Formats: sequence, structure tokens, C-alpha cells
Amino acid sequence: MDFKVKIGSLTLKNPILLASGTVGYGNEIAEFIDLSKIGGIVTKSISLKPRKGNPPQRICETPSGMLNAIGLANVGVEIFLKEKIPFLKNLNTTIICNIAASTIEEYVECTKILNEEESIAAFEINVSCPNVKEGGLEFGNNLEAVGRITEKVKSVTNKPVIIKLSPNVSRISDFAKVVKDNGGDAVSAINTLVGTSFNIWTRKPKIKNITGGLSGPAIKPIALAKVLEISRNVDIPIIGIGGIMDWKDVVEFMIVGASAVQLGTVNFVNPYASIEILDGLKNYCEKMSIKKISDLTASYIL
Amino acid sequence: MVIEKARIESIQKLSNYYYLIEVFSPLIAKEIKPGQFCNIKVTDTNYPLLRRPFSICDVDANKLIFVFDVHGEGTKILSSKKKGDELDILGPLGNGFTIEGKYDLAILIGGGIGTAPFPYLTKKISSDVDIISFIGGRTKEHLIKYQMKNIHLATDDGSEGFHGTIIDLFKMELKNFINKKIRIFACGPTPMLKALQQISLEQNLDCQLSVECAMACGFGICQGCPIEKSNGDGYYLVCKDGPIFDADKILF
Repeated sequence: MDFKVKIGSLTLKNPILLASGTVGYGNEIAEFIDLSKIGGIVTKSISLKPRKGNPPQRICETPSGMLNAIGLANVGVEIFLKEKIPFLKNLNTTIICNIAASTIEEYVECTKILNEEESIAAFEINVSCPNVKEGGLEFGNNLEAVGRITEKVKSVTNKPVIIKLSPNVSRISDFAKVVKDNGGDAVSAINTLVGTSFNIWTRKPKIKNITGGLSGPAIKPIALAKVLEISRNVDIPIIGIGGIMDWKDVVEFMIVGASAVQLGTVNFVNPYASIEILDGLKNYCEKMSIKKISDLTASYIL
Repeated sequence: MVIEKARIESIQKLSNYYYLIEVFSPLIAKEIKPGQFCNIKVTDTNYPLLRRPFSICDVDANKLIFVFDVHGEGTKILSSKKKGDELDILGPLGNGFTIEGKYDLAILIGGGIGTAPFPYLTKKISSDVDIISFIGGRTKEHLIKYQMKNIHLATDDGSEGFHGTIIDLFKMELKNFINKKIRIFACGPTPMLKALQQISLEQNLDCQLSVECAMACGFGICQGCPIEKSNGDGYYLVCKDGPIFDADKILF
């Protein structure tokens, strides 16, 4: 059975990636699972300088989901290269580095520095974090900005560039098209949806940032619809994200157009999920006589 | 850290507010230290989605004992479980209390469900050390006395023990212990911990605080449970760096 998938020029041993911001720098989750078995790991968003992140309370649970406003807390590019990459590069899995920034120049600078690191196979550019004042959604819902970031980042690296798109827009496929037109290799869809939750007794928001990013199974139908929309309108590889909890969810994302997927919130609930999902996919493919898992991509029948 | 399918051996009501649950969980029981916690998935569906953190209350050979209060959907479901049901438990998590070192009096201060980690701590503190327990609650129904030694009680409504907060009572009694080498272990609501932190900093007391915080994963990957470092250098994570902190290390 061939589990390999291609995202532009990037080949993954299987379609299961761990999403940025849900596995730290890999070390904590490595206590549970053999990361060499999965397709790859997308690092926590790295910014040029360290970021402290938002004050507590940063998370709260919602029906079949959660809100988070972590605020891109990270060690910054220098400490990332010095202290985190040595562990990551020994994992024998594909490392995709997620980059966040407040300005286009900062995206470019960060990519330039990280491009020197051989063990980083590709970049995922976060233009869609809902939880930061500068950057984040200011870029993510501006077609021109997404195009310019894609173009500028592509000009400083030969590695594949994946743009992580926001669902908080009216037509996500327009953004995927801009990414393609400006040389982007793939898109990740979707980042979290803007949401909020209030305590009815105190009338105060449950998270300090007031709004946060909604993730978990509650958003899966939306994520599927966004992936399908891109798939039907733009010829670009899609990495599907949004509320995947088990292997059946992965199959669904691939059918609607994803070439690979990222697991996020499920890692918090079940750190073994990625390995269990791989086993489930194998059984499914055997049962369905699927020889190449990539044949599932965009195999929808409407 | 493992995930263990643990069978419920017993579940009982301690009061109108608290339940005690015993589970057969040999892998975690073998490893866990006082002050550490476990994250329990109360259903095998996606609602409620996240695991719930519970302090370890006591360990009896292969059994873990938890005390919990019903305050939301997850704990409501947990309270309806029956003997023989399975629970999906992730643990041990967090750092645990530092018991080692020289002190001749351990003062345990717990507020409400915050008293939960003290039975196992009481068991593990050296027998050479005296233990005094200060237990507070909103009403007498909120006092957890299970397996505690030398108990001093306080209730907000005066229904049992001292009428006032447990910190008010502790402040009044503190002069009786000040000539001893004491170590304070505390767990409870944030206002209680904050008040105790202030006293311990003013009087230079050896004091460990067990901090509560909403968290998703419990082992450091979600970054959802920060608490500010007192030295201004960013945040600790309550789940991984805590939940126990020396009182001078954190800012509430």
C-alpha cells in the first residue's frame, strides 16, 4: 500500500501531519508516540523575536470545541535554531516550519534565516492567526497582502511555501488563487474561526483576549466546505485542517480535496491519535482496495 | 506519562458537593507523587471534548483515589459513573510537592476542593514531621476532612469551625508556629493562594502553592495555562512547570 503523498515538490511518507501550535516543539508529544511514523510535524509559529503570548485565561471549552488565544507564544528564531531544531531534526520525519510575523519584511527575514537550516523541508506561513493585534488576520483577510507575502517569501527560498489560510473570509478560494498566482506551492485550510464565550453570571468573557480561535470537531463541517470550495476552484495542493478526531475524518478531508491533513486539537485529548489514525487508514484502504492513498484526494462524487 | 484505561472500583458521595472515586490504575499509581494530577476523559464521545484535570487525592496500592466536586458538564457525567465502568486517564502530570528538605512542621492549607491533594501528601510526609491541616470551605458541606491530621476548620458562613476564611484563621494561629521550622503546602482558589502568598513573602515563609488553571492538554503542548513569572521573564505553564510553585516564583 502506498501511503506517500505529494504537496508540490514535497513528498510525505504519509498524509498525517501534526498541526502548528498543537505539539509545541515536538518533545512533549514524543513521550507518547514515535514521531518517525507520521508524515511530518508543523512547528509552533516562529517569529523573528521571542513572543511572550497572551495573558491567561487563554483557553476555554465550547460545545465539541475549544477557544484559544495563546497569542503566538514562541521562543523566537534564534533560540528555535539553537535549542529546538537539534531535537526536531533527529526525529526522522518531515519538518515544516510555521512562520508568523507582524510585517511582510519580518516574514521575509524569518524565512531567510530559517532557510539556511537543512532539516527544515518547507515553510507554512501563518497569515491567519486570529489572536494577535498586528499581522494575523489583518493580513489573512486581505487578498493583496496574502499575495505579496507569498511572492516575497517565495523570492527568498527554494523550499515549498504553504500559506495557512483563514476561514474568516467570504470566499477562501479567492485567497487560494492569489497564493497560486504568486508562486505559492500549497495552502493549509483552515486556521481557527473567530469565536467568543461569556460567563453568564459575571457577564465577562471567558478568555482574557475576549475573542479566540475556535477549533475541534465543532468546526469540521466548515473546514470540509472550505477545502471543497478551494478544490473545486483552484488547482493547488491543499492540506486539510479542522476538527479531525479519527481516521474517518481524514478520509472525508481527502475526498473533498485534501492531499494531506493536520491534526490539532485532538492531540490535546489523545496524544496517541496520529498513530491510531494511521492504523485506521490502513484498514480502510485494505477494505476499499485502495492501493495509493493519494487516489482519495478530490475523489468526491457530486 | 501514560494513558491507562482504569476500572472504577467504587464511587461514593462525601457530602452534598463532593464525590470520592477509586479506580484500578496500576501504571499511574506506581508513578504518581503528591500534588501531581491526572487528566480524565469522562466520555468516549467528542462532548465534552477535553479531558478534566483532577489532583491525586490518595494512592492505595494499585488504586488511585480522586475527590471531585460537580461544577460542570464533565464532573456531572463523572458523578454518574458506576462501579465497573472504565475511565480513560492520562497521568501522572505536573511536578508535585517538594517534600524533601529539613522542616519539622508541615502546615497544609486547603480551600474547598483544594484540600483534595492533601491525603496523599499527609501519607508521604516523613513521620518525623508534625502536620497541621487548615481546611476551609464556604459551608460545613464544603469541608473535606477525609484522611487529614490535626484539623483546624473555617467556614465562610460560620456553619462549622472558625467563622471566616481559612487564611484569617491561619494568620491568627501563625504566631504559635513561628519558632518552628515550618513548610507550608497550599491548594485552593486563587484569592486564597494570593492572600497566602502575600503573608509568606512578608514573613519569609517556606511556602508551596498548588495553582488552578483552565488547561486543554495537561502536558505542555497547548500552552493554554500560563502563569506569570515573578521575575518578569514571561510565563510558566501551570500544567508542566507546576501546578506547584514556590510562592515567590509567580505573580497572580
